[in-house]
Amino acid sequence: MKKLVQIKNLVHRYIDQNENGDIVDEYCAVDNVSLEVEPGQFIGILGHNGSGKSTLARHINALLSPTEGVVLVNGRNTASEEELWEIRRTAGMVFQNPDNQLVSTIVEEDVGFGPENLGLPVDDIWSRVEAALEGVHMQIYRECAVNRLSGGQKQRVAIAGVLAMKPACIILDEPTAMLDPKGRSEVLEVLWELNRREKITIILITHHMEEVTQADRIFVMEQGKLALSGTPETVFCEENDKFLKDIGLEVTAPMEISLRLKKRGLDLQTQYTEDALLAELGRILRGNVVNGNGVTESSLRNHERDESVKSGAGGNENILSDEKPVLKFSDVSFFYGNSHIKSGEFAKPAVDRVSFEIRAGEFIGIIGATGSGKSTLVQMMNGLNEASSGEIFFWGQKSGSELKSADLCKKIGLVFQYPEYQLFAETVLEDVTYGPGNLGYSRSDAEKLAKEALSMVGLGIQTYELSPFALSGGEKRRTAIAGVLAMKPEVLILDEPTAGLDPAGRTEIFALLHRLQRERHTTIITISHSMEDMAEHAGRLMVMSRGKLAAFGAPAEIFGDFDKLAEWGLMPPVSARLSAEFARKYGKKIPVCATMEELVDELTGEWSEDRKQGKYGEQSEKTGGEYS
Amino acid sequence: MSREIIFGQYEATDSVLHRLDPRVKLLGVLLYSALIFFCSHVLTFTFSGVMLLLLIALSGVSVGKLAKSLRPVLAILLVSVSFTVLFTGGNQILFRWGIIQISVQGLLLAAKISVRIFLLILMSELLTLTTRPTDIADGLEKACHFLTKAGVPVHEIAMMLTIALRFIPVLSGESDKLIRAQRARGADFESCGLIEKGKKLLPLFIPLVVSAVRRSVDLANAMEARCYRGGAGRTKMKPLHYEKRDYAAYGVLMMYAAVMILMEILIK
Repeated sequence: MKKLVQIKNLVHRYIDQNENGDIVDEYCAVDNVSLEVEPGQFIGILGHNGSGKSTLARHINALLSPTEGVVLVNGRNTASEEELWEIRRTAGMVFQNPDNQLVSTIVEEDVGFGPENLGLPVDDIWSRVEAALEGVHMQIYRECAVNRLSGGQKQRVAIAGVLAMKPACIILDEPTAMLDPKGRSEVLEVLWELNRREKITIILITHHMEEVTQADRIFVMEQGKLALSGTPETVFCEENDKFLKDIGLEVTAPMEISLRLKKRGLDLQTQYTEDALLAELGRILRGNVVNGNGVTESSLRNHERDESVKSGAGGNENILSDEKPVLKFSDVSFFYGNSHIKSGEFAKPAVDRVSFEIRAGEFIGIIGATGSGKSTLVQMMNGLNEASSGEIFFWGQKSGSELKSADLCKKIGLVFQYPEYQLFAETVLEDVTYGPGNLGYSRSDAEKLAKEALSMVGLGIQTYELSPFALSGGEKRRTAIAGVLAMKPEVLILDEPTAGLDPAGRTEIFALLHRLQRERHTTIITISHSMEDMAEHAGRLMVMSRGKLAAFGAPAEIFGDFDKLAEWGLMPPVSARLSAEFARKYGKKIPVCATMEELVDELTGEWSEDRKQGKYGEQSEKTGGEYS
Repeated sequence: MSREIIFGQYEATDSVLHRLDPRVKLLGVLLYSALIFFCSHVLTFTFSGVMLLLLIALSGVSVGKLAKSLRPVLAILLVSVSFTVLFTGGNQILFRWGIIQISVQGLLLAAKISVRIFLLILMSELLTLTTRPTDIADGLEKACHFLTKAGVPVHEIAMMLTIALRFIPVLSGESDKLIRAQRARGADFESCGLIEKGKKLLPLFIPLVVSAVRRSVDLANAMEARCYRGGAGRTKMKPLHYEKRDYAAYGVLMMYAAVMILMEILIK
């Protein structure tokens, strides 16, 4: 079969030159990569931030031209000027930031931008725009203003813009990194549909492993090199587990669960998708094989570890119920645009009569669909938003009257989403000193606090004098968090602290939060769209839905009710889904597990139970529902 | 996020005025403004005012919205009117105190100025209420196309205008977020002293510029990836071409101009 994309020994070097044109620094972003893509395939390219995957993608679209080696798209060489436009038309590209790639203010005009550039006749443009919008299910938004759309909708418009040029292939550079789960699934659905129905080749760059489990082929990039390639089965196998984690990636959640089960002595084939894992669990239920004493011993050891993890994460058990809450909301509402209320027009509150109490040292997660009022709520906590009605107390002092918002800012730190975009100073140290400097600390004290904060986030002395803009993405994020930590807040609020980070970056952030909770006894409140992360790390979860506090409780409690979750516009975490399915499918009475560790515990418990009671295979499956 | 800033204030109702070719409307506003400055008599002013009222009625835009748009210019109007009133000399002095004098001529001139400004603003407001900003850019591009020969990058300027319109809400949302973020870091933007204030704004200004640069690099990449290579060889999805109503509108416009000039000459 004719190859759609052929890359032979591609090398791409970025060269830094100083004012005199001398080469200061040379950096090899893509290092001798060869790969081929056949028409109609769905390709996944994985790699941590800075592994060279975006550079590789830009070569396929001829946005870059090779330092060495050859890139052929449909047989055309990307190095040749004359072929440039045909290549870009054939291999369209969608970028990460939905806002930065739409040119026009109106949806249909943006989709028409590509065909206009191709110089097509008016009628053709319109029929293509129509077909493209239909392809991504955005017909009804055709006359809508772009900036009124959600992130997922914007990305679908961007895809339509490429579709309108009738490409053979679409390259997507982390298209879902900035989207919420709903937007992400919207985009992925569209991509699969285009691949299956229109036979368009999809090259999806991502660091979300679950997005590529159905792909025809996966390439893993590491330090500019092609580290792994193959089908999902060959990439997500037991042998690669350590390697993937070493290079800052991870395996899929079902894979992680099967690996942990295996460690506990269960003899199963590792599986990387939910369905396959369920089927595999069913298979070994029937065959029931357990490795001798492996179960008891290793699970015991793991249980000990669990306890430590749990007290680190939740820690609610140690808190006395009569302790004063650090933060208390009573019947708090917030309206945007007060003028509306005055003029008697109907205005929907962004936060609607919310009451709760948070105790010092807790780790609170806030979840909820986009637009449910999460961000508005946290900005009320530190006084950036003034409550329209109701009362907010910090250590029993009323915010507003007894406590000015400026004072509140000192005690309650708020890290916004993508905080690295706020960096401004010439050096890292200076940037982090900004906060304490504003609070009136002397220069030396402020610097001392800044240095403490930087070491807390794991940035050493060698970074102090660097420009914050020269840091990597993860380091920038941590510098920005240090900027708030330097103010020594008692409560730290974070709005999606892991958005856009690769798995290694996400792990680092949560480790930092737990360290803060442990060492400084900081109360942590974090908004997140990742149910898995929240189940894993938060002690209690707040669910926001349409401005109301819909639920407030332990993750296991919140994630146990799938109907409620659906009503709130949320998806249960993988472990919860798997445990519920397992219970339903095989008639087992296991509770809904919020975290992987709980699920692994339950499953190993299930098997050792079986072994103890001598109930094996078919028998246990039939009688499973009866014993408790 | 908190307040949505919609640049331009296009009101998506449908009227003859909405459907007119933007070039007609642009020329109309231009001619109207020129004539307003040219004419100086109560009669011509009244006639222009009646024209404006007719157009407003025709456009079906809300009068409240139009009136609201006058609010920000009231201050400027007040200043220019008071200056004119206080410092214009003449032979019919009503009041004098030092260099300050109020004369009949001054009062008349002030009245004229305010009527002119009112009419001008309402007319251009009518243009933005009935025409999408992108259509205005399109209209400008096509109307000024002849300047390309003189080396003016007309297409590029129009494209810049379109992109600016697209990104104004994005950047304004971003600056709103930045203000909140730096306030959360204890920043206080309400301090006196110009230099002090300038210094305090750096934590807002620098990230905003950095972000604008990053966005523009991204956008340039995205445009290139979608085969953009300037205006040459490019077609238009919504090409402008004149309809019957546009010719009719030009006719009305010419008639109006003729009447205005005639009146002005005859009165003198």
